[in-house]
Order: sequence, then C-alpha cells, then structure tokens
Amino acid sequence: MNITLNGNVHPVGAGASVTTLVSDVTGRKLAANGQAADGQRLGVAVARNSEVVPRSQWHSTALAEGDEIELVTAVQGG
Amino acid sequence: MTEATTDAATPSIEEAREQAKEAAEETTGKATETTAASADRLVIDGVELTSRLIMGTGGAPSLDGLGAALLASGTELTTVAMRRYSPAEAGSLFQLLLDHNIRVLPNTAGCFTARDAVMTAELAREALETDWVKLEVIADEHTLLPDAVELVDATEQLVNRGFKVFAYTNDDPVLALRLENLGATAVMPLGSPIGTGLGILNPHNIELIVSRASVPVVLDAGIGTASDAALAMELGCDAVLLATAVTRAQNPALMGEAFKHAVIAGRLAKAAGRIPRREHALASSAMEGRAEFL
Repeated sequence: MNITLNGNVHPVGAGASVTTLVSDVTGRKLAANGQAADGQRLGVAVARNSEVVPRSQWHSTALAEGDEIELVTAVQGG
Repeated sequence: MTEATTDAATPSIEEAREQAKEAAEETTGKATETTAASADRLVIDGVELTSRLIMGTGGAPSLDGLGAALLASGTELTTVAMRRYSPAEAGSLFQLLLDHNIRVLPNTAGCFTARDAVMTAELAREALETDWVKLEVIADEHTLLPDAVELVDATEQLVNRGFKVFAYTNDDPVLALRLENLGATAVMPLGSPIGTGLGILNPHNIELIVSRASVPVVLDAGIGTASDAALAMELGCDAVLLATAVTRAQNPALMGEAFKHAVIAGRLAKAAGRIPRREHALASSAMEGRAEFL
C-alpha cells in the first residue's frame, strides 16, 4: 500500500506500523517503546494525519492506505 | 503557572562573587581572585545557565563551522528548527549539540498561525524530549515580525499543554506583560527585525519591559555586533539570543567569542551602575595644587 511521507508517495508493506516506517527511513533499530535500540537519542517525531503520534504508541499504530505522515527532526534555525 | 525563577530569586552579582570566593577559599585554603561573571547564574525553569548567550543555529554554511562558533561563544542553550527528516543530513545537528552538552531550545520558526505553532511545538517535544519551546509566530515573510494575536493565542494553548514557553515578541511592553501573565517562562522582545543586524531600535521599550517583568527577559533578534549585545545587557536583559550575527559573520568563531565577552561585559556594567550622563564636562583631576608658570 502507499502512504504519503513528507509530501511524497511512499510504499509500505501491509501491516506496517509507525515503528516499521521510522526504522526503515532512519536506518535505526527501534525498541517497542519507540526509543532507538542502540540507546542513543533518535531525535525525530511523527505526525499522522495532522495528529502527533507519541513515541510510545508508534508500535501499536498501524499505517493505513493514504495516511499522511510527517516525519520531522531538528535542523539549523533561529 | 510557570516555575520560572527570576533574577530576583538568584544571588546578585556581588553575592555570587562572595560565594564563589568563599568556595574557592575552602577548596584551596587561600583567597583566590574570582570573577563576578563566573559565579553569576541565569536560572530558567529551575535550570542554571552560566552563559547568558543563547545561540541560534540558522545561517551557518557548514556544521563544522557552526560547532566551532558555538564552542567559542560559550553558549549552553541553542535553538533549532523542526523540519522534514532528510536521510542526507539525518540527526547531525542534534548530535552536535548533544556532543557539546548544549541544551536544545526548539523553535516554531516559519509558523504563521497558533495552530501550526502548537503542532510544531508538540512535534519538537516528542522529537527532542524537552518541553521548552521558543514560540515564534510571524505575521509575514517580509518583516518576520511576530503576529501579536496569534502569539497570545499560541502562548495560552502551549502553557495549558505544559510547555515552557519562551515567547518571541515585539518590543511592546504591554504585549510582553500579557505574555508573562499568560504563563510564559521567558519573554523575548526583538531588538529589530530578524536578520537585519540593526541592533536595538527602541532601547526605551526594552528597559520598560525589563522593569516590569518578573520572568527572564531575553533580547532576541536584530543583533548586529558585540556592542548591541552589551547594550541589551546594560538595559537589564537577562540574556541575549542571536544567530545571524555569528553564523554569517566573516569569521563566525571569532564573532562567537566576541559575543561571549560582550554579554559578560554588559551584565557587569549593569550591575556596576553607570555614571549619569552630564551636559558639561567634569574634570577628573583636581584643579587645586597646580604648578604656576609666570
């Protein structure tokens, strides 16, 4: 199925969760609590259809066809 | 309500100097010269900051150069923006700040409405695990001036959601007090529009904001060079926030160091108490006892 990730069409496997997506895109392994498995800070956040998905709920949040996902991180500014 | 501690609750520079001296004497057994500046702390939301220079990271051409400038500036608190994740530059800035033990202050730059600002703040809290946010709600891209109505709305919403709001505001004493009363942790009036380097256009208003505030006042935006930052501190501000003046200087690391000293100098000068301005000259050498030449 396809979702929209940061404004672009992005294919994901059936049954993929937010955790699956974040892990695929960042290349980091994630624990069930949404923290990086290597113990380092992950530094990203996710909004699904304009609602923030707390890290703790990434694992239990399944993606659906057509979901609008924003994946953001800290960049230079201000 | 905010738990922000103001300067009223922190030791004065003189007290801090004495305390530092005593502590140094205890450890070394002898009197040591301690600078007043090194013992003078800014306390925001229970967090002690030795440096009163808050840096932004925008405008730096390279991450290495930015790192060098931040280190030279001595900053302990630095703003970042929240943007879409790009694998190419993944996490490098956040990691740089973590490596240098610099606390992160996410901003809501680029937001034109309270709704966008609240959403951005929520994402920042999730991503960076801090409830501190520099609230920036701008009216238009040409002036980048804060939109007072949206700013007030967003401050109220964010405070209700448990954020510690550092409100970037116009140099308007009425609005600054409004934001404080809504629960802002710090108010951050602009010296002049973002990125202009025009310095502090209305020092009288900044003094007025400082005189009525009971939360920390941070001069934010418009700083061009070191003397502007010193002036902000002399006017009584608790800290200065700047980015462009350092990141776009010809030598960012050198300018970072200049600002480090400027903020300290201005703070000390404010505490020391400047002489009054006079209309006529006042001799500092005695007129009596002069030699006479016939």
